[in-house]
Amino acid sequence: MAKTLFEKIWDSHVVVDERNGRSLLYVDRHLVHEVTSPQAFDGLRMNKRKVRRTDLTFATMDHNVPTSNRSLPIVDQTSAVQIKTLERNCKEFGIELFDINSPNQGIVHVIGPELGITLPGTTIVCGDSHTSTHGAFGALAFGIGTSDVEHVLATQCILMEKPKTFEINVVGKRKNPHTITAKDIILSIIRQIGTAGGTGTAFEYRGETISDLSMEQRMTICNMSIEGGARAGIIAPDEKTFDYLRGRRYVPKNYDELVEYWKENLKTDSNARFDKSFTLRADEIAPQVSWGTNPAMTVDVTGKVPFPEEYAKGNAEEQKAAVKALQYMGLKSGTPITDIELDRIFIGSCTNSRLEDLIEASKVVNGKKISPKMRAMIVPGSQHVKKQAEEMGLDKIFKDAGFEWRESGCSMCLGMNPDILSAGERCASTSNRNFEGRQGAGGRTHLVSPVMAAAAAIYGHFVDVRELDLN
Amino acid sequence: MEPFTTIKSIVTPLDKVNVDTDQIIPKQFLKLIQKTGFGQYLFYDWRYEGGVPRKDFVLNDLRYKNSKILLVRDNFGCGSSREHAAWALSDFGFRAIISTSFADIFYNNCFKNGILPIKVNEQVLCKLFENESEIEINLGKQTIKNENIDVSFYIEPHWKKVLLEGLDDIALTLKHDDEILKYENAQRNSRIRVS
Repeated sequence: MAKTLFEKIWDSHVVVDERNGRSLLYVDRHLVHEVTSPQAFDGLRMNKRKVRRTDLTFATMDHNVPTSNRSLPIVDQTSAVQIKTLERNCKEFGIELFDINSPNQGIVHVIGPELGITLPGTTIVCGDSHTSTHGAFGALAFGIGTSDVEHVLATQCILMEKPKTFEINVVGKRKNPHTITAKDIILSIIRQIGTAGGTGTAFEYRGETISDLSMEQRMTICNMSIEGGARAGIIAPDEKTFDYLRGRRYVPKNYDELVEYWKENLKTDSNARFDKSFTLRADEIAPQVSWGTNPAMTVDVTGKVPFPEEYAKGNAEEQKAAVKALQYMGLKSGTPITDIELDRIFIGSCTNSRLEDLIEASKVVNGKKISPKMRAMIVPGSQHVKKQAEEMGLDKIFKDAGFEWRESGCSMCLGMNPDILSAGERCASTSNRNFEGRQGAGGRTHLVSPVMAAAAAIYGHFVDVRELDLN
Repeated sequence: MEPFTTIKSIVTPLDKVNVDTDQIIPKQFLKLIQKTGFGQYLFYDWRYEGGVPRKDFVLNDLRYKNSKILLVRDNFGCGSSREHAAWALSDFGFRAIISTSFADIFYNNCFKNGILPIKVNEQVLCKLFENESEIEINLGKQTIKNENIDVSFYIEPHWKKVLLEGLDDIALTLKHDDEILKYENAQRNSRIRVS
C-alpha cells in the first residue's frame, strides 16, 4: 500500500498496535529541559523507576537561563532552583547534560540538529511544543506534556493516537528569498488555515519552494507547525539534509549506510493519499506582520490593521476575539502596518535564532544605527551559533548599530528569564507566539522575520524590506 | 490518580475562543518544581489586576464558586505544551471542560491529570452557554444532563478506562516490557540502527 513519509516512520516505530488508532511508539531521541522535567523526575523517584535509555536522552537548560553575563550568579532564586534541579536530576539518573557553561548549551531545538542528535527517520520527543522543528530533517517529532516526559523516561515509548496526514504544498518561486523568508511562508500558511487548522494532524511540507529552502529555513517552517495546531510537521530529507548532518558530533558511525537507506525510504510514495491538503503560492506573498494575539492574526506589511468583521469573515466568536486583540494591542483598524512604531526588537527563539537568521539580519543592519528610542536585542540560539557569528564579525555589526549581543537561550520569546517587555511596550519579535502577555504582562508582540525585525530596529517602525537595498 | 466519578456542578462559562495555555497559566509560574499549588495562579493575568481580583472575570464571580465544570469555546488549550495548565485547572477544582474542540497536547494532558475534556457540537455548546443551572456529567454513560439538557458525548475507550479507574499509564505500558525489549533487540541487530 502506498504510504506517506509520516506513515512510514510511524509504522516502523510501532511497538504495540492497540488496534484502536492508538499505538505504543518507540522513541529514538528524548530531549529534556529544565521547565517541563522536574515533576517527571519526581514521579520516577516516587515509583522507584529508572530512565530506560540514558543513551538516547539528552538535556539542556534554555527556557530559564539568563542571557546576560554567565559568570554572575542567577538572581532569580526560583529560576536558580529549577536549573539546579535539572543538574541534580541528570546526575542522579545518568543523563548527559549540556549545562549553562557548556559550549553545547542552547535552545533545545537549535542544539538537537546542530549536534547531530536529530536524525532523519527517527522519532523525537521533548516536553516543548516546538519540538516539531526537528521535522525539518525528516524526523517525526512531537511536543509532549510532563506526564509523557515521565512516561518516555521510564519506558522509552509513547502512547499516541495516530494523527491524520495533512499535505502543505508550497509552490512558486519567491522573487527575492532574502526578503520573503521562511517565516513569511509559515505565517502565510497559518494565517490561511487558522491556529486550529491542523488539529489532529501531522503536516508534511512539500513542493518546489520547500526543496529550495536551506535546512535552517526548513526548521523555521516546521517549528511553527504547532501554531497551525498540528502535532508535527515534516519535510522529506534530501542531499541538503544529509550534508548538514554529516560529521556532526552525535551522528552514528554507520552514517553513510544510513544515508543510503534514508534516500531509498524516507519519501512519500507518489500515489499515497493525504487526509487533507492545502497549497500556498510563495510567489504571491509579501513580508508578514502579526497584528493580534494569535499567529493567524497576521497581514502583509503593505496592508492595514484590519477591522474585526473583515478578519472574522462572519464568525461571531472570532470577531469578538479580534475586538479584544485590537484593544490589547492598542491598535486602530485601518492603520497602515508601516505606521506602527516600536519600542523593542527581539531577534532570537527556536524559530529564528540560527546563524543564517543572524547573517540575514546583519545585512540590513550593517553600517547603520538603530532608532534612538529603541532597545534591540540579539539572542543567538546556541553557544555554537554565537561563536560562529562572532567569528564572522556579526556581533560587531550588531553592537556597533546599538543592539545588545546576548548569551544563548529562549529569552524574550517567553520571558521566563529577566528578558521581558514592560506593560504597553511594543516589540517586533522573530519568535513564534504573540499571545497576550507572552513576552511580559501587557507587552505587545508583532511576529516578523529576522530581516523585518532588523529593518524595524533601524527605522523605528515597520518597513517593507523589499524596498531596502540588501545587496 | 483519583478515579473519575459522576460529577454534578454549576458550570463556569468562559466565553472565549482560542484560549492558549499562556493565559491558563502565565510563564512566571512555570518555575515551580512540584505539581501542586498552581490553582491560585490559574488565568492569573485575566483574574487579577495589580494583585486585586477583577470583578469582570468569570472566575471571580461568586455564582461559580466551587464549580467543577469549565465551559469554553473552540480550540481551548492551544500553544505551549506546559502541563502546568492542566495542573492549575485541576488544582483550582475543575474536573471537566466542555468545548467544541481542544488543542491536541492539552487534550492529552487533561486525561493524565484526571480532567475530562468533552467535545460537543456548536449547537450543544450554545445551549450550555445559555443554561444557568447545575448539570450532571456521567462518564460511565457518557451523558450530560439536567432538566433542560440531555446529550451524550464520545470519549475514546482507552481514556474512559484510564479516568474511571484512575490508572497509571506508565504501569500499563510496562506490562508490554517484552514487546519493548523485542523492538530494542531488533534495532540492536539492525544495520540501520539509530537507537
